Amino acid sequence: MCPDTAVPPSSDQTQSSSSESTPATGEGRTVLGAGDISRALRRIAHEILEANKGADGLVLLGIPSRGVPLARRLAAIIAEVEGSAIPVGSLDITMYRDDLRRQPTRAPMPTEIPDSGVDGKVVVLVDDVLYSGRTVRAALDALADHGRPAAVRLAVLVDRGHRELPIRADHVGKNLPTSQSETVRVRLADFDDADSVTITGGVR
Amino acid sequence: MPRHLLSMSDLDAAAIRTILDTATQMHEVQHREVKKIPTLRGRTIINLFFEDSTRTRSSFEIAGKWMSADTINITGKGSATSKGESLRDTVRTIDAMGVDAFVIRHGASGACHQVAGWVDAHVINAGDGTHEHPTQALLDAYTMERRLGSLEGRHVAIVGDLTHSRVLRSNLISLRRLGAAVTLVAPPTLMPSGITSWAHRDGFTVGHDLDAVLGGEGARPVDALMMLRVQKERMSGGYFPTAREYTVGYGLTRDRLARLTDLNPEIVICHPGPMNRGLEISADAADAAQSLVLDQVSAGVAVRMSVLYHLLAGADGGADAAARVPRSAWAGSAA
Repeated sequence: MCPDTAVPPSSDQTQSSSSESTPATGEGRTVLGAGDISRALRRIAHEILEANKGADGLVLLGIPSRGVPLARRLAAIIAEVEGSAIPVGSLDITMYRDDLRRQPTRAPMPTEIPDSGVDGKVVVLVDDVLYSGRTVRAALDALADHGRPAAVRLAVLVDRGHRELPIRADHVGKNLPTSQSETVRVRLADFDDADSVTITGGVR
Repeated sequence: MPRHLLSMSDLDAAAIRTILDTATQMHEVQHREVKKIPTLRGRTIINLFFEDSTRTRSSFEIAGKWMSADTINITGKGSATSKGESLRDTVRTIDAMGVDAFVIRHGASGACHQVAGWVDAHVINAGDGTHEHPTQALLDAYTMERRLGSLEGRHVAIVGDLTHSRVLRSNLISLRRLGAAVTLVAPPTLMPSGITSWAHRDGFTVGHDLDAVLGGEGARPVDALMMLRVQKERMSGGYFPTAREYTVGYGLTRDRLARLTDLNPEIVICHPGPMNRGLEISADAADAAQSLVLDQVSAGVAVRMSVLYHLLAGADGGADAAARVPRSAWAGSAA
């Protein structure tokens, strides 16, 4: 109701942004290397094409930050397979989060909807880690403000479980059983030094 | 982020950068078919304007509405203040209804600062007397950056009625924090008193000869020219002999515009509005390709969305939270 109503300190910040949680101490356990990520993306790209019976009407939207380069890589693979480029963009969800009031504001990232729009298209949302499902919920709301796709699909590099909403991914790079005390960290060459997925923390 | 935005000095360079970067993303909403995002759903923003305003008030209202806040406009003339209620009673009355933010314009310098001490809600200064107008400085910086790139090392000349200008005072702070060099130009009667020591302290230069600053021998090239309005409503005496004389000395006339654009075709011209066409700026200059006047208005909405977002959307986080006075028990039980 009021912005200064007391809110308990957020103990669950990682729930909706697993990949953005505090930097892991140490390197952790590497579960996917650069080669694994590349192969997973290649398979996902083929799955998307197979499910869609070709590239017609496909639009790939990455969720910042690391969903965006993943969407671009998927689009590049699809273009290579199909021989024609498909629209790719980004969809920022900062303004649609359900935990805005639980943490200091963050600067939103760019939203770039391809010129062809999303109306009547098959939109594939792309993110790095699927965890609580809250990010995807926010992304669905954000997407609805940009138009009415014929269908929305979800592709993620890692599904680590612990869903809090009735949401599932259509295309998963790797299912990764984790405990909630663990942190899954996706590094991509676009932001970091190399591609990898690591798990840190937790009791093993 | 600070709890209130009363002065540009409430924002350090990093906070200014965050607000300007966020405004870039907010600008995208302006181009959507459905201009609505849910970010401030359930928040109530009061626009309390004791002075006339077109662009500031409407852009704050639009900014709030596009972010799903409930915005309500109250003007001095139509409120109980015209029956003699004090400012303190007026704002405390509205505050007691449980509103989240006040956007205040008032003729008295320091009015917003006082209000911030009286209410639990956030306070945003939308212009207080001749003191400050921080969101104008933010949108000026945003507009200039979009055309010029970073303002670091750029040279901005601010010309006109400086004595009465709150836009000037906010811009001096923000331009310095963004690394721009500033030169002020005005007739001696329209220079704020104590300008020499002020200029010395804050590292800007002062001149009285517009043509010398804009294109004199050895003059530093000007990247942006900000023309400020001659504020007749705040003038009680004769600050210059005639309007014609002011225009000849300090107006951006057609001739000056032509010389300027010859020197630097990339120069940008800003004016916070409302413009006195023919006095401080000629119609040719106001409508020139170099003029950013309408870009400034467009940016006003995006920048104010960004300010509202950073002040209202997040947890009452940061160092300010601990220093807050708790709400009264009455307000607490209502929440």
